[in-house]
Amino acid sequence: MQLFTCPFCGPRAETEFFYGAEAGKTRPEPASDVKAEAWAAYLHTNANPKGATREIWLHQTCGEFFLMERDTVTHDVVQSVSLRGDAA
Amino acid sequence: MTDRYSALSLFKEGLRGHKGWKQAWRSPEPQSHYDVIIIGGGGHGLATAYYLAKVHGIRRVAVLEKGWIGGGNTGRNTTTIRSNYFYPESVALYDFSLKLYEGLSKELNYNIMLSQRGVATVAHSDAEMEISARIVNAMQINGTDAELMTRDQIIAKAPLLNQSNTARYPIFGGVWQGRAGVARHDAVAWGYARAADRLGVDIIQGCEVSGFLIEGGRCAGVETSRGTIRADRVGLAVAGHSSVVAEKAGFKLPLHIYTLQAMVSEPVKPCLDTVLLYPGTGTYVSQSDKGEMIIGGGIDRVPSYAQRGNPPVQETVIAGLLEMFPSFGQLKMLRQWGGIVDVTPDSSPLIGPSPLPGLYLNCGWGTGGFKAIPAGGYLLAHLLATGDHHPISRPFDLDRFERCRLIDEAAGSGIAH
Ligand SMILES: Cc1cc2nc3c(=O)[nH]c(=O)nc-3n(C[C@H](O)[C@H](O)[C@H](O)COP(=O)(O)OP(=O)(O)OC[C@H]3O[C@@H](n4cnc5c(N)ncnc54)[C@H](O)[C@@H]3O)c2cc1C
Ligand SMILES: [Zn+2]
Repeated sequence: MQLFTCPFCGPRAETEFFYGAEAGKTRPEPASDVKAEAWAAYLHTNANPKGATREIWLHQTCGEFFLMERDTVTHDVVQSVSLRGDAA
Repeated sequence: MTDRYSALSLFKEGLRGHKGWKQAWRSPEPQSHYDVIIIGGGGHGLATAYYLAKVHGIRRVAVLEKGWIGGGNTGRNTTTIRSNYFYPESVALYDFSLKLYEGLSKELNYNIMLSQRGVATVAHSDAEMEISARIVNAMQINGTDAELMTRDQIIAKAPLLNQSNTARYPIFGGVWQGRAGVARHDAVAWGYARAADRLGVDIIQGCEVSGFLIEGGRCAGVETSRGTIRADRVGLAVAGHSSVVAEKAGFKLPLHIYTLQAMVSEPVKPCLDTVLLYPGTGTYVSQSDKGEMIIGGGIDRVPSYAQRGNPPVQETVIAGLLEMFPSFGQLKMLRQWGGIVDVTPDSSPLIGPSPLPGLYLNCGWGTGGFKAIPAGGYLLAHLLATGDHHPISRPFDLDRFERCRLIDEAAGSGIAH
């Protein structure tokens, strides 16, 4: 069992966490001007990197969303970053 | 040299110590140019090469495989073959595949050990029985075989199941597809490889594609660990590495990569002659010809290229198995492994032209593309040969996301491989 760190609760079992999305996507605005391709890319397209990645995760037990930097090959976690304020 | 496989040739070779068998496929040096290059020597890539040569007469074809053929998900999967999907587009695709599988041993002159022992998906409540009836109706309307089974019929298929009414996931009945079953995964890869090789296809192992040759905005070939190879058209069938290779071609795909694990027990006497799935536990199981129980479940929910599973999912899968078959608690586990699967937002594959002209996609099969190998190969071959979609692959084009025409089989049929 791997431990992930919730910025609010500290290290907890991986099963308590839920992967949300890749970090760094910005919702295209305003909705009325957004073309179908841009909207589909925002919703569905991913870099899906092999190696270093930045992702948004949810700690389901406390409801905190946060940013996690980790490696998709070694599973090493670099750090968890709070999304409170303008951190990410 | 003995080339054709038959009972007679086996007997004759037996008499002379099996010294005369012809090599199943050559190991040629890559040429500088091919009509078509296929990246990835899994089942889909090899089948594509075979159908290009067989159906379209295009024989200057190379399959480039970075490791050894069938060493990816094709050699790691639990080999369930079925077409019990919900949407008409999916049934058209997977039933086409199942039909090709039904004739494949003969067509390839290679015994893929297809065993149509049926797949039962068990329902655990009255509400689930209603959903099961809906799926059976949809399958029948879509033209494939499906049957709604009662509790007694399910138990007759698998008498060792937990029949207790106080079970956490009791048996109410289920969906049965009798034409579904299993086949030998390695044999599918090797059978296509041998048949393609006989038609002149070069299968080049230990050849990793590291980049693309792009001329005038078109894909003109590939850079590999064994040099530059030019081609008129290129097909991409690398499953878990689709995003990695797509990045070299300058585009991204709607994919996430997850680990899917499986495990086998020690071999025991025959006791389960069908494939059984419990949606309640997410565990499914069948028995191999050697007697091992082949056990699988859901994906590890952490995006990963590690190609090994994490313990929490193993625990869930085994707990589910014991809920289904309490007597399997005595079994010892022999092996456990993982493959990295390319999952799309709607759990349906991506087949069609890529954003780079001249490069065509066959990926996104996720946890369930072994059953689709003949169809995936046939359809990618059609695209590569004609430049256009076959009607069966059209709905699976990348453009479905922009058109909001998703084929959401995760929601539709509650897929499990
Ligand atoms: C544990 C598990 C259980 C499964 N169970 C089932 C099941 O019961 N039924 C079912 O239908 N499906 C199942 N699947 C899914 C199925 O295995 C896959 O969808 C299918 O095998 C994909 O075949 P493929 O040919 O596309 O990919 P693969 O067999 O993975 O082949 C892709 C090949 O591309 C090669 N490659 C990658 N990058 C490069 C590069 N840069 N250059 C050259 N070559 C490269 C890889 O080495 C690999 O050999 C399961 C998968 C797993 C992991
Ligand atoms: Zn928390």
